[in-house]
Amino acid sequence: MTSSGTTTTTPVTPPAGRPAPAGPRTTGRGTDGSRDAGAVVSGLGRAFGRWAIPVLGGLAFIYLLVPIAYIFVFSFNQPARTNLTWRGFTWENWQNPCGAPAVCEAVQTSLQVGLVATAIALVLGTLLAYGLGRYAFRFRDAAGFLIFLPLATPEVVLGASLLSLFLNVGMHLGFWTVVLAHVMFCMSFVVVTIRSRVATLDPRLEEAGRDLYGSPAQVFLRVTLPQLVPGILAAGLLSFAMSFDDFIITNFTSGTLETFPKFVYVAAARGIPAEANVIGSAMFLIALVAVIVIQLVSWQRRRMTAGPR
Amino acid sequence: MTSRVAGRSGRQAGFERAAALADGTAQARGRAGYGLVGPGLVYLLVFFVLPVFTLLATSLYVKPPGAEVGQFVPALEFGNYAVVLGGYWPELLRSFGFALLATVLCLVIGYPMAYLIAVRLRGRAFVQGLLLVLLIAPFFTSFVLRTQAWKQILADEGFLVQALKTLHLMPQGASLAATSVAVVAGLTYNFLPFMVLPIYANLQALDHRLLEAGRDLYGSDLTVFRTITLPISVPGVLAGTLLTFIPASGDFVNAAILGNNRNTTMIGQVIDSKFMRVLDYPGAAALSFILMVTILVLVTLYVRRFGTRDLV
Repeated sequence: MTSSGTTTTTPVTPPAGRPAPAGPRTTGRGTDGSRDAGAVVSGLGRAFGRWAIPVLGGLAFIYLLVPIAYIFVFSFNQPARTNLTWRGFTWENWQNPCGAPAVCEAVQTSLQVGLVATAIALVLGTLLAYGLGRYAFRFRDAAGFLIFLPLATPEVVLGASLLSLFLNVGMHLGFWTVVLAHVMFCMSFVVVTIRSRVATLDPRLEEAGRDLYGSPAQVFLRVTLPQLVPGILAAGLLSFAMSFDDFIITNFTSGTLETFPKFVYVAAARGIPAEANVIGSAMFLIALVAVIVIQLVSWQRRRMTAGPR
Repeated sequence: MTSRVAGRSGRQAGFERAAALADGTAQARGRAGYGLVGPGLVYLLVFFVLPVFTLLATSLYVKPPGAEVGQFVPALEFGNYAVVLGGYWPELLRSFGFALLATVLCLVIGYPMAYLIAVRLRGRAFVQGLLLVLLIAPFFTSFVLRTQAWKQILADEGFLVQALKTLHLMPQGASLAATSVAVVAGLTYNFLPFMVLPIYANLQALDHRLLEAGRDLYGSDLTVFRTITLPISVPGVLAGTLLTFIPASGDFVNAAILGNNRNTTMIGQVIDSKFMRVLDYPGAAALSFILMVTILVLVTLYVRRFGTRDLV
């Protein structure tokens, strides 16, 4: 694979039972019999240590993917009133994913909400993360706490409080109330993701930009922002995922508007159509392929810029 | 003389500034900062702080005599809190219990995942990236759909229960469907990525020279882990446990899909039904507020006990 010399597969510890290479390390290690038993135990321990993590981690990933495999398999089930038992293989659902009434409208709404909310949250959140990371001003700790609070509040409370605001103001519940709600919680995720990157930026680059008579806006757009792009991409992906997947806050703020998670929740009472499984599986595969492509591209570019070693 | 002192202190200040710049915590001062953080903070004030105060106000409303369902007038009826606390304390306690169990399970399952990706696969950028994507990609399948899938997997006629019964790992008459075990399993499943990602971010920044130093000093893998890796990953564990416990305690989808109506009801279900179906807005708002304040108190105590200063 792509081992780059820093892999941890080869233990640095000298083999037990033989004297360690050189230097002051050799002191304090007697050669009595109890050490052999100790070596066996520590050898067993090391074997356990080496295999326990991959095995446990692997099992955890299987646990994470079991329901997705289930959804995928049942997306090929022959259609009927419910999709609970296996009746036979068919391509039909994949050929016509909009076959079930209202499912594609719901997906379209979810995609629109996700894109609009992510775009707004990225702009507000990036500025916020950069400002918090780079500028000293009064109330900075309070501002950091305010950004953390939506993450420390259960969704049901966020949804309920937004609904009570919208009800009190008399706002019509629909697309825009959902977007307003999603921007709020997505922004916190964006700030958290980008802020750690702001801390790793080299301030001397911006200094250099200012020395070359760049205006603050120029320095931000041409020096700072390009360095933040990987963080912004990650934040955007996370934000879109959170918005697309949100049910609880959407349920409170959407009125009669139907998003994909809401469609599934409501449909569960009478049986989820196999078309919903098709859409869930397709979204999963699209996300997987998209991120792998981005990864490959950035990997390739890094290799090209790094050059042959 | 004075000018020399001034010169020296000026240079001193210059050094300090350069040091601050170099360690990445550079602080510029000026109006630009307000311009950057202003829009986002105002947004949070309008769509987070203001709604919470509206919620607080709503929790004190009363129903005027002869009013229709869902009609209330502003008042300061603190008795609403006593009423809902008296009626729903079991659901409140159960929610925190379930959330705590799910958080512990997430930590036990999630830490090896994060360790595997961040430490064991260090240097293998592609595999690392692939596993990280597998952590986030399930969000795109919709968590309601995945929870529904769990319901069918855990069903009495499903393959899992049948297999467990064949292997005599489960008594014949027992079932997993509609039990608190299913609800906690669902919560654990749904919030696992929120535990893994912060721990991963933390372990990824781990300085591997520390681990090598530990091994050079004849520390066993376990000792190195216990004395170096684990203490360093505490902030990640802290963030992960909070991001798991908080949403889990307010969740109602898992309990609604995987639970029953007798002994798995969580407080989120009560709030949802009061707000959306019974139209008892003050009761729902009071319960939401109790939930929020309890969580804030618990989180503050927890962070005080284990915490570092920087959460965000």
